[in-house]
Formats: sequence, structure tokens, C-alpha cells
Amino acid sequence: MDLEEYRRRARAWLVENAVEGAEGVAAARRFMAAMYDAGYSGISWPKEWGGQGLTQAEELAFAAEARDFTLPIYAFSIGLGMCGPTIVDLGTDEQRRRWVRPLLRGERIWCQLFSEPGAGSDVASLQTRAEPAEDGWIVNGQKVWTSVAQYADLGLLLARTDVEAPKHRGLTMLVIDMHAPGVTVRPLKDMSGRSNFNEIFFDNVHIPAENLIGQVDDGWSCAVTTLLHERLSISGGVGMSGARDNPASFERLREVVDTGDPIVRDQLVELYVRSRALTLFNQRLAEETRAGVFPGARGSAAKLLLAELTNFGADLAISLAGPEAVAYDDDGGGLARAVSQAPGLSLGGGTNEIMRNIVGDRVLNLPPEPRSDKNVPFKDLKVGTQQ
Amino acid sequence: MKLVLSQEQQDLRGSVRSFLASVSPMSGVREAMESADGYDRSVYDRLNGELGLAGLIVPEEYGGAGAGHADLAVALEETGAALLPGPFLATVFATIALLPERDKELLTAVAGGGLTATVVSGPSAGPDGVVSGIAPQVINGLDAEVLLVRDGRHGLVAVDADAGGVTREALGTLDPTRRQARITFDRASGRVIAGSAAGEARSRDLIAVALAAEQLGVLRASLDAILAYSRIRVAFGRYIGSYQAVKHKLADMHCKLEQAESIVRHAAWAADESPGELPEAAALAQIYLGRACFEVARDHLLLFGGIGYTWEHDAHLYYKRAKADEVLLGPPRAARARLADLLEL
Ligand SMILES: Cc1cc2nc3c(=O)[nH]c(=O)nc-3n(C[C@H](O)[C@H](O)[C@H](O)COP(=O)(O)OP(=O)(O)OC[C@H]3O[C@@H](n4cnc5c(N)ncnc54)[C@H](O)[C@@H]3O)c2cc1C
Repeated sequence: MDLEEYRRRARAWLVENAVEGAEGVAAARRFMAAMYDAGYSGISWPKEWGGQGLTQAEELAFAAEARDFTLPIYAFSIGLGMCGPTIVDLGTDEQRRRWVRPLLRGERIWCQLFSEPGAGSDVASLQTRAEPAEDGWIVNGQKVWTSVAQYADLGLLLARTDVEAPKHRGLTMLVIDMHAPGVTVRPLKDMSGRSNFNEIFFDNVHIPAENLIGQVDDGWSCAVTTLLHERLSISGGVGMSGARDNPASFERLREVVDTGDPIVRDQLVELYVRSRALTLFNQRLAEETRAGVFPGARGSAAKLLLAELTNFGADLAISLAGPEAVAYDDDGGGLARAVSQAPGLSLGGGTNEIMRNIVGDRVLNLPPEPRSDKNVPFKDLKVGTQQ
Repeated sequence: MKLVLSQEQQDLRGSVRSFLASVSPMSGVREAMESADGYDRSVYDRLNGELGLAGLIVPEEYGGAGAGHADLAVALEETGAALLPGPFLATVFATIALLPERDKELLTAVAGGGLTATVVSGPSAGPDGVVSGIAPQVINGLDAEVLLVRDGRHGLVAVDADAGGVTREALGTLDPTRRQARITFDRASGRVIAGSAAGEARSRDLIAVALAAEQLGVLRASLDAILAYSRIRVAFGRYIGSYQAVKHKLADMHCKLEQAESIVRHAAWAADESPGELPEAAALAQIYLGRACFEVARDHLLLFGGIGYTWEHDAHLYYKRAKADEVLLGPPRAARARLADLLEL
């Protein structure tokens, strides 16, 4: 089937199935199951683990169509964008069998347990410990900013297994059962008033041996794989709502502002130009992927551009709309929400500064910054917030 | 949609790139720009003789290669990156204007004989092909052998540059690698080539895409130059590329390059395969490339430090080409207004 035909069918399916106003985890699970049955879950994932075995081009074609609908799958965004692809890349066949299909069918919600109060950008300085126990590990410590953890069944955990080694060499990746005894999840209210992320406490949580991803003490290279997927999935819009849901998008904004004013018109043109530029860049990355060129760290450029565009759009939208954008009745407040949520995109998945570091170091091969933390045993390092 | 280069296009890029590196290196560009003609005729002849570039998009029946606009964009990206002086781009513009009219005589001469031409607007023509009026600014107006006058009523009129009644005066130009002239027509006679409004509109879009491809090359070459320097220049005991103030700026410049390339490939694809999408894609390319190319050329110059401000260094040539290109087809606000109209804002 050619891509246009694929697109047409995807759209027809979405028109039938994307239910307006569906919310909550139960709806998310139902919708994922329906997507799975229709062949739209894991479009580019390998067939043998539950995917459709198609290419990134079909994946993006579906995502492009989906932008015009409200897909209630936010709870699955972390599993689909980061955890699942990591299991597909690095898991054993047994692990892939166990975890991938249930994710694609909406049976298991995943979260990503990397950031800690003392380790965000510099996630390799994390302090949560996993110590060997007879048949696996015992985990103690704290995570924070963990998206969708309040719904999650499973978590992709990065923990320290060796404090004597330098920071990048003593980490291990494990899959944790979020319902296990000793796991406490506390939602945190973010600046938009929503509670999408959480803080998590681990108190002697047991993790069985078969939940190890990759090798012991090799968790950093696993985490790099996850983070590459994360940036690509954010820029590609996995599990995110589309332009139609974004009142600060060009499509929505043009309907509400006075385009008779030449300044307004020109600012809308600017928004259109920036939006199209990024859309076309994402499409080019998808075509390259299809031709066998993996975008790798260039996904960080796309993620940075999306963060910048989102903040530019929200900021511009309020300026164009004027005072009524910031004081509203119950059914209003869309733009206020947009500008309150925009900073999240510049922080989650790596800050703008970290994206620029990655583009500079890994895409442009610029000389690295001098570092004092690379070869020091972790236990002797300065980490987190200090006076 | 096709946003990645085919193997043939990569080969074309490779051969144009290595040809220009050996035949028109920056030392040659400097010599040419300081010469009386402003360009090296032998380079132009070899470009056409050995690579057949002038005939790239000319249909095979007129002796050209019959290639598409996506292929042309690949070639223009390289001539842009090399800051090739002379009437190559001007002749491409003229070829684009002639294509919808399928003018055998001139297309054959461009493809086979290395004829140079440029599009002229301003003067008006009578139905008999007699042209009068002033064209205040014509790119490569002194170099072109044929002046293709675009007249709103009678389409295109081809006037020989040395015909009676044609007076050409060199202008000072910001960009020393591309000259412009003022041309006065005083009852100069030419040959009328019919033209249509649709053909003219399509030509205008295709010209914008061609220019954007050149700008992509200028942008890429500027970025490559400063990337190379930031890996070897040391200050305070470190390579300057290791400082975040520098690295982050370079990362932003790279982001512009990624988007710029995507926009150019899309516009060139639309030119060949999806004419309905061309007007919007071309306006987008003109707007985005004009700005991005200049911003990157400017920042690349600044990141060179003092050496970047010298006449001897090449940075200013990219900077000036970028600025001159941004306004080559009109002020940016005109393209922005056109895009607003196309979007029905
Ligand atoms: C909405 C949202 C969702 C999130 N979801 C998750 C999740 O599901 N799972 C998870 O593990 N994490 C999640 N995070 C955490 C996110 O990855 C971190 O917040 C982010 O990496 C920044 O870390 P930090 O908060 O510790 O800030 P810090 O690292 O302390 O950064 C503070 C400032 O210093 C700058 N900085 C730090 N290092 C450098 C450097 N080397 N060069 C230049 N500047 C630097 C940063 O750019 C920033 O401006 C989420 C965050 C948000 C906002």
C-alpha cells in the first residue's frame, strides 16, 4: 500500500474511532486496545513482538493524521516513546515477549524513573541504590518529575549499583513493578495546575533478577538509548495532542485573531513559517530513517526546535489575543493553559541547554567542555544542590 | 513527498562540488571578482561544457539534460556554497522564464552554446518587440548576452544585449561576487516571445526556489567554515568550540540548516511533482532561507573574531552574498505578504 493510501485509511479509522472528550486511564486503555486491533499501535515496531513491522514513514503518516484528533493516550506516551523502544532495542527475547505486546495493547502503563532531586540534566549523578539480593536487587531511594507514574504498572529504573566506580560506570537499568511493596507514588502539582508528574519513594523494593536490562553497571549506555528515543518521540509527537487541541497553533489562532491588521497577519505568517519549517524537518528525518539513516542525536535538534516553537507560539498567542486571554469564564482559558504548559516542553526530556550541548557535541563534533566529574569514584563526587 | 537526495542527485552534488573546488576555489573567486568582467568566462564555459549545468533543466529535445528542479537545486546549492561569480544564476532565472514558453531558439542556445541571459523588468514593450524604459537593477546585466524583458502585456521580449538603443551601466554592489547593472532601453528592438500569466506566476515561484537553493549552499558553507575554525582556534587554553556560548550558537545555526534544507527539498519536490503546492512552498522557501541564510552568515562572521572583519578573509563574502540574496527578488515583506495571501489570512 502506498503512503497516501495508508494515510487515507488511517484518517478514516480515526474519524470513526477517535472519541471526542474521552478522558482518563480506562479510556486510554480502551483506545490503545482499539488501536492495536486496527494495526495502529507500534506501527514501526517489529512484528514478532506485537508491532506492525512497517517503517517510520507509516508511523509518522499516522501521527500526522492523528494531529487533527484528540487521542486519549497520554498515559501511554512514556511507554510508547521511551520504555517500549528501549526494551525492543536492548531487551532479551523473553523480556520483549513479556512487555512489548501488553504495552501496545494498552494493558500496561509505563513510566521512566531517571530524574532525582539531585540529578536531572546530569542524570548520571543519581543516588538511588540497587543492591544485590539473593534473587535480584533491593532498591532504595527517590525519583522525581516522573510523568504518568500515578497510573503506571511498570517503570524503567536507572539506579546506582557501584559507588566506587566513576558515575557513568556504576549505573544499572532495571524494570520495576510499580505495584510492588515499598513503592510510594505522590503526585506533584505542576505550574499549569495539573498533576501529571510525581515523586516516587523506594523503600526496600525487591526487583527480580530477570528484570535486568542489558548488563550490570552498563546502565548508562542503556539510558542513552532511552534518551535518544525520548527526544525523537517528543519531536515526533508520540502520545501528544495535536494542533487541533492546541489553541496557540497557527490553525486555531487564525480563527480568533483579527487578520485584517497587517501586524497580526505578519505575526501569523511568522508562526506558520516556523511551524512548517519544523514539520518539514521532522518529515525529512522520517524519510531518512526509511532510507536507512538513523537520525540519532539530530532528534535533539528537533526536540529543541519543538520546545522553542511551542513557547514562541504560546507567547505570541496571548500577545495577539490581548487581555481577554488572561481573564476568562469557565469555558475559556485555553491560551492561559497553553502558556502555562509551554515551559514543560523546554524542560522535560532534557532542557534547551542540554539539547544544544548534545547537538554541539554529537552532531557537530565540537570539542567537549573540560569536566572534573568523569573519572572520579562516584562516592567522592559533588552532586545535587550544595551550599 | 521526497525530501532526501537520490543516489543520482548525490552523484551530481559530488561532481559539481569537486569541479568547483578545483576550477573555482575561493582564490579564483577573489581574482574573478576583482577582474574587469567580474567573473571568469572560462570557468563558465567549463561548467557548461564539462558538466552541462546551463542545460540541466532544458528539455532534451532542445539539447538539455531534461532534469528536474530538485536536481537544479542540488547544483545551485553547490554554486552558492562556492560563491561562484558570473551569470550562472541569472541564466537559470532566464531559462526558468523561457521554459513555459518552450522557446526553442534561446533554450537551445543556452543548453548547447553557453549563451548567457538575464531577466529584466521595468521597461515596457510594444507588440512589435520594441522596448523602451529603464531597468534600474538587473543581475549580471553587463554579462548577459540576451536580455529577457518581462513586460506585463506582451510577455517576454528577447533583446540582444548589444542591440542598438541598449545602454548598460555598472552599479556598485554590496556583494562583490555578483554584479548588477542599470539598463536603459531606447527603442531597442527585440523578438516577442509569447507569455502567459500562469507561466509567469510559475516562473516567479521557480525562481524563488532556485534562489533558495543557492542560499542553502551559502548557509551550509558559512556554517562549515566556522565549525572547522571553532575546532582549531584556542582561547584561554581551550578550543573556542568547547565554550557553550559558541557551541550553543553553532547548535542553533545547525537547527536552521536542518530546517532550511527540509524547506528547499520540499519546494523543489513541489516544483517537479506537485504544482498545486508550489506557490506556498516557494514563498516559504524565500522567507525562511532569506532570513536563516543571513543570520547564519552573520553569526559565522562574528564567531571568527577580528579576522572575520578583514577584507582578506572570506567571511564577509558569504555575509554580503547572504544579505544581497535576501532582497534579490524584492523586500522580504513582499514575500511575507504573498504568503499571507496564499494562506488566505
Ligand atoms: C513536564 C516534565 C516531565 C518530566 N518527566 C520526566 C519523566 O517522566 N522521567 C524522568 O526521569 N524525568 C522527567 N522530567 C525531568 C527532566 O528530565 C528534568 O527536569 C530535566 O532534565 C532538568 O533537570 P533538573 O530539573 O534537575 O534541572 P538542572 O539539571 O538542575 O538544571 C538547572 C538549569 O541548569 C542548566 N544546566 C544543567 N546542566 C547544564 C550544562 N551541562 N550546560 C548548560 N546548562 C546546564 C539547565 O539547562 C537548567 O537551565 C520531567 C520534567 C518535566 C518538566
